[in-house]
Formats: sequence, structure tokens, C-alpha cells
Amino acid sequence: MVKNEGLDIFAVRRRQFFIAGLIIAAITIVSTAITQYDPVKGITSVPKALWWMFRNFYPNANAFTRLPNILSKLHETFFLAVASTTTAAVLAFFFGLMGSKTTKVNDAMCKISRLVASVFRNIPDAVWAMIFLFSFGQNVLTGFFALFFVTFGVLARAFIETIDEASHASVEALQATGASYFQIVFQAVIPSSIPQVISWILYMIETNIRGATLIGILTGTGIGHLFLLYYRSLNYNTASLVVIAIIITVFVIEFISNYVRRLIL
Amino acid sequence: MALLQISRLSKEYLGGTKALTDVNFSVAEGEFVSIIGPSGAGKSTLLRCINRMVDASEGEISFDNINVSNINKKNLRLLRRRIGMIFQHYNLVNRLSVIENVLHGRLGYKSSIKGVMGVYTEEEKQRAFEILNKLGLKEQAYKRCDQLSGGQKQRVGIARALIQDPKLVLCDEPIASLDPNASKIIMDHLKNINKEMGITCIFNLHQVDVAMKYSDRIIGINNGQIKYDGPPEALSRDMIYSIYGTEAGELITD
Repeated sequence: MVKNEGLDIFAVRRRQFFIAGLIIAAITIVSTAITQYDPVKGITSVPKALWWMFRNFYPNANAFTRLPNILSKLHETFFLAVASTTTAAVLAFFFGLMGSKTTKVNDAMCKISRLVASVFRNIPDAVWAMIFLFSFGQNVLTGFFALFFVTFGVLARAFIETIDEASHASVEALQATGASYFQIVFQAVIPSSIPQVISWILYMIETNIRGATLIGILTGTGIGHLFLLYYRSLNYNTASLVVIAIIITVFVIEFISNYVRRLIL
Repeated sequence: MALLQISRLSKEYLGGTKALTDVNFSVAEGEFVSIIGPSGAGKSTLLRCINRMVDASEGEISFDNINVSNINKKNLRLLRRRIGMIFQHYNLVNRLSVIENVLHGRLGYKSSIKGVMGVYTEEEKQRAFEILNKLGLKEQAYKRCDQLSGGQKQRVGIARALIQDPKLVLCDEPIASLDPNASKIIMDHLKNINKEMGITCIFNLHQVDVAMKYSDRIIGINNGQIKYDGPPEALSRDMIYSIYGTEAGELITD
């Protein structure tokens, strides 16, 4: 009897697996049909694309004369990412405290802050940028707010979990000593969760540098816009230098933040 | 006059779980009381009702002639600072130093802003070192808590409770995560505190033999109700069976 049941479970597993595979295949076929995407053509065009890149997409001497301009735009984008992340982090930490089960003030505030964070998190930064284009026009401020809101949403959620995980026990202990709310926040919550908080902020700075580049195309600012200008004017060599500059920046930031993480964790 | 008086205490959690039903007992000043019983019997809930970490559903608790049940936020702070608490998992801020964790016990006595900034008086710091010295942790004062062993962490937990100048210390499974050696050190320290400083101690314990050896009095609970309340000498084997259920009783008394 036991054996039969065991076999049954494996059969059910196989059937589930088969059905899941069938569904995925069906979705793929339907969507390629709708978009008229030809997979064979797609794959065979990769070598051609590589060949084109090889011939056109490299920086030449002329491109390097534009380097000062590129670096100044890169600064702008970098600092936009940092500023939007750090300011969003301050607000997110407050929402993290409100939304965490450990440090919530009351249930209503907890639910509201979780809801607000969820709304801001789930609307992508590009959509926020489009919305703010109406209010601020093509402006750095548009990019700032677009990144600010998504970062706020992601960090609030991350901080809620960090606070619950890292400081639950010590918060209980300090409550039992008669410590006040703010004493508990500063003496237990912040010391326990600061490494993860910093780690999350660094991660969001990395993400936002990439995001700021794309949003720059929308808002007509920063390095993204510069890339579009060179690309549109068929100056592929300079456009490639922009891409290389972005890639190097992202790697350097990643390297630095990994180093900082190792130090603090 | 009893230090702690608990009458008709009941606790029902959201969702209808009955943790405590009509619990009555009182504890005199200077007593060393163990509460024993199987997991889920309501020992932790009972302990936490005393300092209002858990709100009771019914009944009254009075501590040092103060009615704990309907106390405002400010007075709750004043109450809690006179009741120390020690936890199974120590509940220290692991990334802070030993001395900082000990001084956390003074937060209830401080203005919010001084506590937030971590400003302690010279006397408080000296007292913290005295207590650490007494518990054999003088060398560890500046170490981070995550560098300590379990037994050392629990001693920091005791120091944090002692610096509160408590009248009562609640110990929630203080030795459940420790090896027998460290357990003995912790229990001896707690017994000392009780004898020398006259601080009343209430324990949740899993180990019946430890409870029998150290306590003046044992309270046995099962299923949220008191089954036994008396001196350890009078706690019969049959009684232990009925507290833990027969099958488990045989294992424990072996």
C-alpha cells in the first residue's frame, strides 16, 4: 500500500512536469507567432551583428577628443544615481521601521507603509519617468524623481525584512528593560541592521547607475542622452566610447561596493 | 505582602489558542521559583504577562502593589525597568560591545535623547564594570558580543538585567541552549544573585533535575493550568508524570 502511494506521487510529479513543459512551449509558440519573430533568423543574425560591431563600434582618436564631455555627463549620471538612492534610503528607513513587525507603531501604519512601498516598487522607473515628464519636462529632476520613487519602494521592502530579521530578539530585550521607542531604534535596530542596510543601498546605487543611463534617454539628460545624440548622428565610434565608459564605471562601482561589503559584514 | 500576586490570569491568543487558564499564585520577595512543564504549556506566556510583553486576556497581576494590567505607557516603562529579563537566545545586540550591551539595562532610567545617543554617567559605567567583574567577564568588556561563547553571552544577559537594579528577574529558559558546564555556571550565578542581593527570580526551565536542585519552590504547568505548586521535596514522581504526561515523565526521571 505504502509502495503504491509512493509510485503514485512520482507519476503525479511526472504529469505535472509534462503539463508545465507543454504550457511553456505553447506560450512560446503563440508569442513568436504574434510578434512574427523568427527564431532561426534571430540566431543567424548574431554573427552579422557581431561583425558590424567589430567594424563600426570601437572608439577612434576622434572619439577620444570628446572624452571630457563624456566624463562630465557620466559624473552627472553617477551623482544623480547616488543622490536619488541616498535620499530615498532615508525615507525608506522610516517606512521600514513603520512596516516592520518588530518596530511597528500600530497595525494600520504597518499596513499603509507596506502598501505604499509596494505601489512605488511595482511601477518601473521608466514609467515614473514618463509620468514626471509631464510635470517637470525633460529635466534632471524628472530622472531624479523616477529613480527616487522606485528606489524608495525597493529599499522600504528590503529594510522591513532586514529589521525583522536582524533585530527582533534584541528589540524584545530592550523593550523588557523599559527602553523607549527611539532608544530601541538607535541602540538595537540600527546597530543590528546597519550592514545589510548599507549593502542594500550600495546595490541600489549600482542598479540606479544603469537605470539612470536608460532614463537619461527618456529625459534628455546625462550619459544616456549623450549616447543617443552620437548614435543618431551616426557617430558610432564616439557612441561606443560612451558605452565603454558606462561599462567601466559600473564595474568599478561594483568592485568598490563589494569591497565595502566585505569590510562591514 | 507578596511581591508578585497573580490572580485568575487567562490568556487567549488571536485565533483562539488558550495559553493560560485561571492561573493563581503569588511570589514573596527573595523567592527562587521554577516553572516547569512541557513545551507549549504556557510557561513563556506566563512569564511575559508579568512584564506585559504579552497582554493578558483576563485576570490581575500586581507587582510591588502596582496593578500591572491597566497601567499607562509611561508607568509601564517604570515597571519594566524594575523587572529584569533573561532570554534563552540571550537577545543581545551582537554587533555592539559587551559593555554597551550591559549599559542597555540603564535605558529605562534615561531621557530618550540620552539613551538614543548612548550617553551614560560615570557611575553607571563603573557599576557595569563591577557587575562584569563579578560575573567573570572583565576581560571581555570591549569585545563584540558575536565573539563570545553561549555561556558568556548569557552572563552578559544577566549583567544587563542586574544593572537595572531589579526587584525581580524573569528567566525564560536561561540554560536551554547551553552545555551542562555553562548551564551550571549560569545557574550558580543566578542563585548567588538571589541569595546575596535578595533579588527574586522566576524561571522557566525544561530540566526537572535542575529545577529540583536550585529552586525554593516549583510550579508545574500543563495545558495552561497549574498542576503543582510547592517545594521541590514534595514534588513526587507521579506529579511529574501528570505535569508532563506519563510517557514523557518516565524519560525525564530516569
